Amino acid sequence: MSLLEVENLEVTFPTRDGGLFHAVRGVSFTLGDERLGIVGESGSGKSMTGRAILRLIRPPGRLTATRIALAGEDLLKKSEIEMRAIRGRRISMVMQDPKFSLNPVMTVGEQIMEAYQLHARASSREARRRALEMLNAVQIRDPERVFRAYPHEVSGGMGQRVMIAMMLIPDPDILIADEPTSALDVSVQTEVLRIMDRLVKERGMGLIFISHDLNLVASFCDRVLIMYAGRVVETLPAARLHDAKHPYTKGLLNSLPRLDAPKDKLEVLSRDPAWAHPPPSSAP
Amino acid sequence: MADAAEKSSGDAASRSALRQWLLTDTPTSRRHARAAALYQGWLKFRSNTLAMIGLGIMIALVLIAAFAPLLAPYDPFAQDLSNRLLPPGTTGHILGTDSLGRDILSRLIYGSRITLYIVALVALIAPVAGLMIGTIAGFAGGFIDAALMRITDIFLAFPRLVLALAFVAALGAGIENAIIAISLTAWPPYARIARAETLTIRNSDYIAAVRLQGAGPIRIITGHIWPLCISSLIVRVTLDMAGIILAAAGLGFLGLGAQPPSPEWGAMISEGRRFILDHWWVATMPGLAIFTVSLAFNLLGDGLRDVLDPKDAQE
Repeated sequence: MSLLEVENLEVTFPTRDGGLFHAVRGVSFTLGDERLGIVGESGSGKSMTGRAILRLIRPPGRLTATRIALAGEDLLKKSEIEMRAIRGRRISMVMQDPKFSLNPVMTVGEQIMEAYQLHARASSREARRRALEMLNAVQIRDPERVFRAYPHEVSGGMGQRVMIAMMLIPDPDILIADEPTSALDVSVQTEVLRIMDRLVKERGMGLIFISHDLNLVASFCDRVLIMYAGRVVETLPAARLHDAKHPYTKGLLNSLPRLDAPKDKLEVLSRDPAWAHPPPSSAP
Repeated sequence: MADAAEKSSGDAASRSALRQWLLTDTPTSRRHARAAALYQGWLKFRSNTLAMIGLGIMIALVLIAAFAPLLAPYDPFAQDLSNRLLPPGTTGHILGTDSLGRDILSRLIYGSRITLYIVALVALIAPVAGLMIGTIAGFAGGFIDAALMRITDIFLAFPRLVLALAFVAALGAGIENAIIAISLTAWPPYARIARAETLTIRNSDYIAAVRLQGAGPIRIITGHIWPLCISSLIVRVTLDMAGIILAAAGLGFLGLGAQPPSPEWGAMISEGRRFILDHWWVATMPGLAIFTVSLAFNLLGDGLRDVLDPKDAQE
């Protein structure tokens, strides 16, 4: 049985003229013990898909799905209180920018300890020990000092590693990483990714990696979902990304410069509104 | 002689070394940086002369209240009918005596305790109540928000003193009830501020981050929203203190706050009102005390706001 099954996920927002805007339309996928990448341009619904799995769509947005199941348990049938026990403990999420996702008036240590104590009945001494261990695991050199630091006192890359420590300390089954490196310098991106990759492998979690960087996803994930206008247009093993069939994926690939096949002029991505609708051939 | 000079120059040297240490651009430790930040705040505050005057009066008031038994020349309750209504400047009674021959200076000194007691308690109760109501309203939104904010509107629709009067009348006269009544009328502005802050905080990413860790609403409000609202509330409290003193004195004057033998300043004015044309000092002295102290609180609050307000642009 797969870790996570999502079937026919829809997220809609009411528009001012009384209509509905479909941010995510009919997305289905399954996740096993693997690294799944979700790629798409801005507004293609990839972050919404991540949030919808945790049922954290802010009103007035509405979430519907035929099925969202975590290891066979239907998440749609859970009450809000039952969901709270799942968020963080079983599925957690690393957000985009550590500058905004860490509470500015709490020290880094308090926040990691809180993340642990929310789900484990542990004494604060135990939580402290675990938090320091976790800071060590994300390769922070002087964990004692960073433990006592406020978020504005740590650098962006460090902040993101703190965020990863915070999200991994309850030992979840699935980690959703929503563009975890797009706010970071290129020089620290790979470092943060390597740390995340190692921890995810060691702990045997499923990873959903949301990004707009096709190359990064291709090198980092096992399988890639390509989203356009709220719909999954193509699913590919990462290794076979360059054999993509869908014109959108091809367009994306062709608009990136490549060292091994230099071009004088890069293609401009042309979008076909028909991609937003289900292809007629897919009907059985 | 030379010895003393040497000693004082040594003092000056160590003082300038301390100053250097506090004003450094490259703090060597966390504590050093914090001390330097505090010292710079203090320098900024000190450059504001009026605020320093306010601070001076406040410190004097606190000291007077603390050492009232040592400072007061007479027992504030001791009556001496043969020496009633002595004018200010009479030997032994610098500020004169009231209609029962009690020394006005001693009564003012003891009255400062009551004033501080009221201000301190109201300044604790009202912001805390406002903080709770405001953050709950702002965080919950929807019906709860509407209900709590309409209640706040009802409280704001009454003049403060009139509403406090109504509460005291219902609860019965006395200092404790006056404190409760003033707190009940003082919380709505705090609730408004806390709600406004909550509305901006609740959509921020770090609230989303704790939420997706599985934190419930109570933990989010108490652990993550309260600490961020407090700075704006503190600024508001410092500006509100003068109003609290005036409300307490007003209730005392109307006979609904502290009761007569107690040397509460408002009650003293109301006793002196009967003689105001012939013996002006009986009502004037406590009036001056109220004026001085509320002015001091206002000056201090203004200065503190300049230093504390996080939204103030840093130059």
